[in-house]
Amino acid sequence: MTEELAVRTTGLTKRFGHQTAVDRLDLAVPRGAVFGFLGPNGSGKTTTIRMLLGLVSPTEGNAEVLGEGMPDRLASVLPRVGALVEGPAFYPFLSGEANLRRLDTADPKASASSQPGRVARALERVGLSHAAHKKVHAYSLGMKQRLGLAGALLAPRELLVLDEPTNGLDPQGTREVRSLIRSLADDGTTVFVSSHLLAEVEQICTHAAVLRAGRLVAQGPLDELRGAARHRIEVRTPDTGVAADVLRKLGLELEASAPGTLTAEADGAPPAEDIVAALVRAGARVRGFSAAAPSLEERFVELTGEGFDVAE
Amino acid sequence: MSESQPKSLPNALPTSLRLFLSEVSVLFRRWRTWAMLVALAAVPVLIGLAVRFSPKGPPTGRGPAFLDQVTHNGLFVGVIGLIVCMPLFLPLTVGVVAGDTIAGEASLGTLRYLLVAPAGRIRLLVIKYLATVVFCVAAALAVVLGGVLAGLALFPVGRATLLSGDTIGPGEAFGRLLLMGGFATVSLLGLAAIGLFASTMTTVPVGAMAATIVLAVVSQVLDALDQLDWLHPWLLSDHWLDLADLLRQPISWGSFGENALLQAAYVAFFGALAYGRFTTKDILA
Repeated sequence: MTEELAVRTTGLTKRFGHQTAVDRLDLAVPRGAVFGFLGPNGSGKTTTIRMLLGLVSPTEGNAEVLGEGMPDRLASVLPRVGALVEGPAFYPFLSGEANLRRLDTADPKASASSQPGRVARALERVGLSHAAHKKVHAYSLGMKQRLGLAGALLAPRELLVLDEPTNGLDPQGTREVRSLIRSLADDGTTVFVSSHLLAEVEQICTHAAVLRAGRLVAQGPLDELRGAARHRIEVRTPDTGVAADVLRKLGLELEASAPGTLTAEADGAPPAEDIVAALVRAGARVRGFSAAAPSLEERFVELTGEGFDVAE
Repeated sequence: MSESQPKSLPNALPTSLRLFLSEVSVLFRRWRTWAMLVALAAVPVLIGLAVRFSPKGPPTGRGPAFLDQVTHNGLFVGVIGLIVCMPLFLPLTVGVVAGDTIAGEASLGTLRYLLVAPAGRIRLLVIKYLATVVFCVAAALAVVLGGVLAGLALFPVGRATLLSGDTIGPGEAFGRLLLMGGFATVSLLGLAAIGLFASTMTTVPVGAMAATIVLAVVSQVLDALDQLDWLHPWLLSDHWLDLADLLRQPISWGSFGENALLQAAYVAFFGALAYGRFTTKDILA
């Protein structure tokens, strides 16, 4: 209870008519975490983010951001939060710089005298200084995405909420955004990233939550999430009978195996070296062994049961 | 010559005033805004050219009121411009700007970023309305200035004859013209509030613009039906053409006051509806 949370929701629910977009969500995002918010398209990620930012009011339940209730304490919470929601959006007839100045002006806590410096720093941080005076309609998708990030970074933030931050970026841009997120996290900023790109989440996040059809199906530190997945073990040996007994005694579930090869699965498998030692002790001639730690992607498909398909 | 002066000045301004200035600057940095103002200014210019180069000279007692006055005093081009623009062109442009206020930001997606900044919903709504008022002033001024410039270029500027038969000098005539521009501005305030409300109802700006303009036209159609005369004092457009009362000697302020009161009532009513709608709305765009 005393652990400080950057975001906490309890029973957060949003219904649009008869459709429940977000269903009794209990999120806990620790301060300082890089928190991956995963789910197939249409699973309620963006609606949740909109509720956290006070754009949409919850039908039921509560959301606390940086220790204060939303949307009631919006005016004191939001200046400390930077956000990129459902893609960047700008006035196409204004330059990148003018767009950022307007956003900065809209924040009542941002002082006018330091505005030019803030805007210039934000542009520099995302590598857009050279295009500052170009009209946004001449920007590429990737440049708009960077400008959106610059908008989120205008002031020093305690929490960044980034909805699909690498959308539209080329591999180089994606790498830059990842390292940007890491450097922000190193400064102590909590980063809440929604994504359907699992590899991305796996690379940058310390924690993750998985959403399926509006419901939370898993949440926690990344290692824990990964560890909870089923491990897959493969043994190549001519002595399949002996080896099968050993594996069964270790609590592994054997699968149909080809001659000379055994495959087994387990929820919490013992360390690979212990399995091999047990096999050798029992006299099985081990010719090959592999223990596949499941990727987050496999875990994700397992949890959502549908991979990247759109939930109805 | 010092760089710091212009930078430290805005810092002293309250943040809401800075956001208002930003709003106005965004409005006037749009190509569309200037196109509308130029089109409005072109109306009196075209009228002036038509009168000046028509072979027969202006007819008396036909066409827009005061058309025959134009040849005596060029400033009347502006008067005619306002009277011609009041029923349709001015409401059209105000409908476009007012209908775009919230819905335009929503369709660009910038609304969510302004609210997350956080601009504050009530603050944003008030600032959007005030910026629309600035446009109403600019629109009326565009007609007045177009008229004055065309008048000075095409006609002599002598003494003008008023409705009452009195004559006034060019200076006072210009003053009266500005007053009429003020009357036109006030007449548009209610419509601006209707447009603001319509704009909170949709994320499609064209829809809000069309609804606002249709309402302005419907109001005038109803105002023209004698059978509905009990309704007339409540109609948005009831005093729109009372502009000419400012050309009486002495000025008849009655319609100005009634119009201001009527418009204030519309602003209060539709402002309240817009407030109710916008402060509780889920921003999904």
